[in-house]
Amino acid sequence: MKPEAIIRAEQLTFSYTDESGVTPIVLDGVDLEIREGSFVAILGHNGSGKSTFAKHMNAILLPTGGTMWVGGMDTRNDDDLLDIRRTAGMVFQNPDNQIVASVVEEDVAFAPENLGVPPEEIRQRVDEALEMVGMKEFALHAPHLLSGGQKQRVAIAGVIAMRPRCIVMDEPTAMLDPVGRKEVMRTIRDLNRRYGITVILITHHMDEAAQADRLVVMSKGHVIADGTPKEVFQDVEGLRAVGLAVPETVSLLWELRQAGLEVPLDAISDEECAQALAKLLHVS
Amino acid sequence: MALRDITLGQYFPGNSPIHRLDPRAKLVLTTLYIVALFLADFLVSYGIMVVLLAVAIALSRISLKSILRGMKPVVFILVITGILNLFYTPGDPIWSWGFLKISVEGLWSAFFMVIRILMLITCTFLLTYTTSPIQLTDAIERLLNPLKAIRVPIHELAMMMSIALRFIPLLIEETDKIMSAQRARGADFDTGGLRQKAKALVPLLVPLFISAFRRADELAVAMECRCYHGGEGRTRMKVLRYRAADRAVMALGLLVCVGVGVLGHFGL
Repeated sequence: MKPEAIIRAEQLTFSYTDESGVTPIVLDGVDLEIREGSFVAILGHNGSGKSTFAKHMNAILLPTGGTMWVGGMDTRNDDDLLDIRRTAGMVFQNPDNQIVASVVEEDVAFAPENLGVPPEEIRQRVDEALEMVGMKEFALHAPHLLSGGQKQRVAIAGVIAMRPRCIVMDEPTAMLDPVGRKEVMRTIRDLNRRYGITVILITHHMDEAAQADRLVVMSKGHVIADGTPKEVFQDVEGLRAVGLAVPETVSLLWELRQAGLEVPLDAISDEECAQALAKLLHVS
Repeated sequence: MALRDITLGQYFPGNSPIHRLDPRAKLVLTTLYIVALFLADFLVSYGIMVVLLAVAIALSRISLKSILRGMKPVVFILVITGILNLFYTPGDPIWSWGFLKISVEGLWSAFFMVIRILMLITCTFLLTYTTSPIQLTDAIERLLNPLKAIRVPIHELAMMMSIALRFIPLLIEETDKIMSAQRARGADFDTGGLRQKAKALVPLLVPLFISAFRRADELAVAMECRCYHGGEGRTRMKVLRYRAADRAVMALGLLVCVGVGVLGHFGL
C-alpha cells in the first residue's frame, strides 16, 4: 500500500436488509484512494451512496464486502476504532445535533477529554482549534445563541481538537443560509490550504464541489467520474443524466457551444467565464 | 405563551467571590444551609440564617430584583402555606370568626414557614444564578464519585444532565416553532377547559418527541465520532481544586449548621 493514501477503499460494498426484506446495495465495489493533504469533493444525488461512503471512513458503518483503510488501519479492526476516529474526524449536517456542551470551549474540549489528553494540553488544543476556525472570541458563549455558520464552525473545531489528519464533512452546509455557507466553505478551504489537513467534502452543491482539487462523482453506489473539477464538468450530459446540474457558468458555456460557438468548457469561476465570453465577443 | 421566559437553572455570569467559589463547596454549603433552615426554630437562629443569606446575596452582586422575579411562580404556594399555618395551628385564639381562628402560635408559625420557604428558594437560586450548569453537573459528578464503588453510574448520570441542559433551549425553541406551525393551521392552545387544552397538546407533543428522538440518535453518532466511549480514561479540561477559601467557607457552613442545631436545643 502506498504510504500517502490516507483513505483507501478496495472493492467497498455495503448493503443492508430493511424491514420488508429488501436488500438494496448502497455501495457496489467502490475503489477510491485519497492522498494526504488533498481537498476532495464527493458529489452525488440523494441515494447515490455518498453519505454511506462517508460513514465508512469513520467506522460508523462497516463494509459488508471489500475493505476500507483509514491511515493504514482496517476499519473492521475493533481495536483500532479510536485511532481510526481520531485520524478521520467527521462533521455532520446539523450543527445543533453534534454540539454536546452548553459552552463553546467545553464542547471543543469534548473529544480530547474522551481521548484522555492531559488538562493543560486540552486547553492548548481548544484555543488552537477555535483560532483555526476563527471562533476564538466566542469561546465562552452558549452555542444556541450563535448563528448556523458559527455553530458549524464550532462543530468543526470540536473535530480539529482531536488533531485529525483528515476531516470528512457530510453536507456541512446543507442547513445553513448563504452567509453561513460562505463562512463554512472559507473555513474548510483554510483548513486544507493553510493547515494541510486532508478534507473530504460530501456535497450536492456544484459551486462548493468546484472549489476542491479533485472531484469524485457517485451514482447508485458507483464512482462514475473522478478528476479535477475542470475535467469532470466537461461532461455536462453525463452529469445531467445522473441528476446533477453543472455550475451555471459551465451550463452557459455549454449552451453556447451547442449553438455552435467556439468556447471552452472549463471556465468554472465567474471571472474565467467572463473572460471566455469577452474573448468570444472580441473574436466575432 | 412566552416559553423563552423560563428561568430554569438560569446562570448570571460574573466574577464575585460567590461566583469564584468551588462549585462543590457551593453545593455542599447550599445543602448545609437547607439542613440548618429546618433545624432553626426560633427567632435567634432565624436571625442568623437571614443575615447569612443577606451577606451571601450582597457578595454575589446578584440584584434582588432578579431573585424576586424568580419567586413569582411560588407565590401561590407561599400564600397557601401561610393561610394553612395561620388557621390550623392549635393555640389560644386571639381572633375568631365562625370556624376560623387565629392564635398567636398560628401567627408565628405562618410567619416562620413563609420565611423558611422564601429562604430555601433564595439560597437555591443563589446557587444556580452563580454557578454555570456545567460547573454544577461537574460538581455533582465529583461529589458523588464515591458512589461508583457501589456501581451507581455517576458519569453517565452527569453526562445525561449536561446534555439535557444543552438541549433545553433547543427544545423550547422547537416547541415554539411547532406551536406556531400548528396555530397557522388552526390549532387552538389557549381556550377551552383543562381537557380540551390537554387534547390540544397532542399535536404538539408528537412531533416534538419524534424530533427529540431523531436528535438523540444523531447526537449519539456524533459523540461516538468524537471518540466518546464512556467515563473510563476520560480527562477534563477544567480540573476542580479546593482553595483555602473554599475549605474555610465549608467549615464555616458546618459550624453554622451545628450551631443552629445547638441553639434550637436551648430554645433560642
